[in-house]
Amino acid sequence: MSTETQANAEHHAHEEHHHEETFITKYIFSQDHKMISKQFLLTGMFMAVIGMIMSTLFRMQLGWQGESFKVFSWLLGDRWAPDGVMDSNIYLALVTIHGTIMVFFLLTAGLSGTFANFLIPLQIGARDMASGFLNMLSYWFFFLSSCIMFGSIFIETGPASGGWTIYPPLSALPEAMPGSGLGMTLWLLSMTLFVVSSLLGGLNYVVTIINLRTKGMSMLRLPLSIWALFVTAILGVLSFPVLVSAVLLLMADRLLGTSFYLSDIFINGQVLDFHGGSPILYEHLFWFLGHPEVYIVLLPALGLSSEIIATNSRKPIFGYRAMVGSILAIGFLSFIVWGHHMFMTGMNPFLGAVFTFTTLLIAIPSAVKAFNYITTLWKGNIVYTPAMLFAVAMVSTFVTGGVTGIILADSALDIAIHDTLFVTAHFHVVMGLSSVMAMFGGVYHWFPKMYGRMMNTKLGYAHFWLTFVAAYGVFFPMHFTGIMGVPRRYYTNSEFPMFDAALPLDLIISMFAILGAFAQVIFFFNFFYSIFRGQKAIQNPWRANTLEWTTPVIPGHGNWPGELPVVHRWAYDYSKPGKPEDFVVQTVPLEDGEEDGGGH
Amino acid sequence: MISLLTYAVIILGIIAIVQLARVFELTGELKGRKEWEISEKDNSTQANLWLWFGIILFILFGWLVVEYGDSAQPNGSLHGVAYDNLLMVNFAIVVFVFLLVNAVLFYFAWKYKRDANRVPEYFTHSTKLEMIWTIVPSIVMAGIIIYGILFWYETIMTKPSEDAIAIELYSKQFDWTARYGGKDNQVGSANVRLIEGANFLGIDVEDPSSKDDIIIKGEFHIPVNKEISFQLRSQDVLHGAYMPNFRMQINTVPGQMTRFHFTPNKTTKQQREELDNPDFHYVLLCNKICGSAHYNMQMNIIVETEEEYNKWLGEQQDFMAQVPELFENNNEKLMAEKK
Ligand code: HEM
Ligand SMILES: [Cu+2]
Ligand SMILES: [Cu+2]
Repeated sequence: MSTETQANAEHHAHEEHHHEETFITKYIFSQDHKMISKQFLLTGMFMAVIGMIMSTLFRMQLGWQGESFKVFSWLLGDRWAPDGVMDSNIYLALVTIHGTIMVFFLLTAGLSGTFANFLIPLQIGARDMASGFLNMLSYWFFFLSSCIMFGSIFIETGPASGGWTIYPPLSALPEAMPGSGLGMTLWLLSMTLFVVSSLLGGLNYVVTIINLRTKGMSMLRLPLSIWALFVTAILGVLSFPVLVSAVLLLMADRLLGTSFYLSDIFINGQVLDFHGGSPILYEHLFWFLGHPEVYIVLLPALGLSSEIIATNSRKPIFGYRAMVGSILAIGFLSFIVWGHHMFMTGMNPFLGAVFTFTTLLIAIPSAVKAFNYITTLWKGNIVYTPAMLFAVAMVSTFVTGGVTGIILADSALDIAIHDTLFVTAHFHVVMGLSSVMAMFGGVYHWFPKMYGRMMNTKLGYAHFWLTFVAAYGVFFPMHFTGIMGVPRRYYTNSEFPMFDAALPLDLIISMFAILGAFAQVIFFFNFFYSIFRGQKAIQNPWRANTLEWTTPVIPGHGNWPGELPVVHRWAYDYSKPGKPEDFVVQTVPLEDGEEDGGGH
Repeated sequence: MISLLTYAVIILGIIAIVQLARVFELTGELKGRKEWEISEKDNSTQANLWLWFGIILFILFGWLVVEYGDSAQPNGSLHGVAYDNLLMVNFAIVVFVFLLVNAVLFYFAWKYKRDANRVPEYFTHSTKLEMIWTIVPSIVMAGIIIYGILFWYETIMTKPSEDAIAIELYSKQFDWTARYGGKDNQVGSANVRLIEGANFLGIDVEDPSSKDDIIIKGEFHIPVNKEISFQLRSQDVLHGAYMPNFRMQINTVPGQMTRFHFTPNKTTKQQREELDNPDFHYVLLCNKICGSAHYNMQMNIIVETEEEYNKWLGEQQDFMAQVPELFENNNEKLMAEKK
């Protein structure tokens, strides 16, 4: 490593070649990947708060069904909560927007947007993304999309309410529910812009990883975070256009009177003028994106955790090639399993059997990943930074949520548990929690590189344990209500005496949900406080090997002052025998006769 | 237990807030401390917490299993017996893996905390180990797939027998209607475009098999140990016909017909006696989001002996008897056309 002073001198020399930056070009219309990354992070966090408040509200309704709350009156107003009792339409709206925000705005744009933008150039040794301009556009499309989604909450007929999957005809017919009016149009508009953002970002990530790797950074020396973000971007680029087509056809049905998804429908006392369409077509198009989407949410989480776990176990990640192989296998398989969401649509049962088969195959690479993480911990020297706590938690939720997928993937078993809270529990644990855990981990881990300061460790501990306990507390009992047969998207289950046994569990779940929401206050305090007043960071606080830690504490425009680093080894030389320290940065040349660790 | 947990959660919340305040102070005091250096004490506290978390999680899991382990709705169908077995086998595997892998994870997380005397092994890969955890899950998956698909093949991919009782379930926002085939056991054809006045199901009156159809609202009856073949239609949006007790579910799709069939194997009365619950009911509920009253779109199902069923059915009026004027009009129209 070059010494600090030298680096700084070079840095200043380098900066003079750049034109002066104004506040606007630096903080707002920035083309610097690090600034864009922070913009994604802050926007994602803002949306996540909205999504979380929504979940707290509808969980309060489910915990104390039909009771009156002051908060409901304050936040929802008289129209949606007369006398403080939540209306069933707004319940569905809250669930819908909560799901949409969490899946797309937090865990797609927020997660990939933050970490792909931040880590790709820094970890592959590039000055910036392939196209800074497209990257900037990507953020602004996302921003616009977020504004529209956020705005749609406040319109008179309420936001979209047909579930985050917005199946027609419910979502196509304004007469079917209030949320299918203007709210749905705004949802569709917002999602179209969202996809544009996602495509611009994704293409940029793929091109950057393929073309801009620094000297010596072969594909098999890439950190697993980059592999995961790479495959994620490819999945997005291949599947999001299908969502756009689904959305545009739905728009056409709504606004132009076409019949892609609609046929014989009688509603509000009259037959509608649609002929020959099929709502099942929509489901196919939606899930052709929808399933890869859950891996778009999950893979970055697996990638970030790989870095955090190897670094803090002070051990090489176990089975690097198998990890890369399983990311690729999961990525590929995710395109041929979408039918497992549609077993109950009356689809050909033979096809159902095929989808059961392909879906269960995904369990194999997933198992390999889980075991490899655990073996990485084995005989390690684990350092519990807050990031490490979150990464280990991710392994736990990934396993706990993954195994219930085996049950849901079985078309035969799906008959009685499809669309129950068992499904809600399953996907929250495997996708929602895993990914949220890893995202928190990523923020704690890379915060010093983002802001040049440290987050408070003790607050990080408190935040972690409260969040993790609440997470299991919410979603673990939910499996049991699901097995009872309580359907998801039910405003209340007290209309059915047979679900009375679920009410005590509903109460527990809601308590933990409230606890979890409050726990996030600690995080937000820590985050914002540390940006301004946190302890000043050092160059490589976690003693990690990857290239981002060879930049100055706060990397400037272009990331490395002077020459780009040259890579000589894989990213996981932790505790390599015969080395002076327990880590060897990727830029350190191999000694005579030394083997590079990644190869077999 | 419940109220105890309630208090525990509240107390946890309060502790959290107090801790928060205390931690703020500590941060101020400890300005000298370097955030990136995790002290030995902190590190082992965190490691111990993993172990405690694991233990408490498993205890609570045990409690949930004891209290709620068998809370699936009581089964009332023939294939439901096999379904419940399949579910049990799968759960056994899944719970085993859940416990084992999490236990190992929490144990390692506790055991391998930083220790100045341990030199971590530079262990990059092991083809043997990786083969083991590729092949073992593959074999287990193969078993699960085969078992599942065989069951699927026997229940869903079969056709109902010729003499199965034909019933149509018709869904609209927000209720269900049942329509029986009547004497000919054939449900007449229908389309929502034909809905008019009393013909609220859009039944095609020109189809001869629709005359004797029997339309039922409120609750419908089926005989025990006889195969029932359902066809399902929707008037407006997607709905889901879900009968948890019969381990049956299928969506209803506007413009399309979906089907399922099953054989009930216990009457409502038997079920009430076995459960010692005089209020027990088999129900049909909606399980595909369909609008504001989605949560309350239900219809009771009475399973009874064949005699009781026949008696009940005999008391119901058929479609032509209910709305004769529809058929009169139709006859006049036919006559007019003939002339
Ligand atoms: C703050 C913690 C969270 C709580 C308490 C929570 C709770 C819930 C509950 C109870 C439902 C089901 C409501 C119903 O079906 O009636 C739901 C739906 C959903 N949640 Fe969450 N959730 C949380 C976080 C997340 C996260 C992180 C994700 C990201 C994947 C997520 C994604 C979804 C989705 C996709 C739905 C389905 C929406 C729909 O049915 O259309 N949630 N949430
Ligand atoms: Cu899927
Ligand atoms: Cu319905």
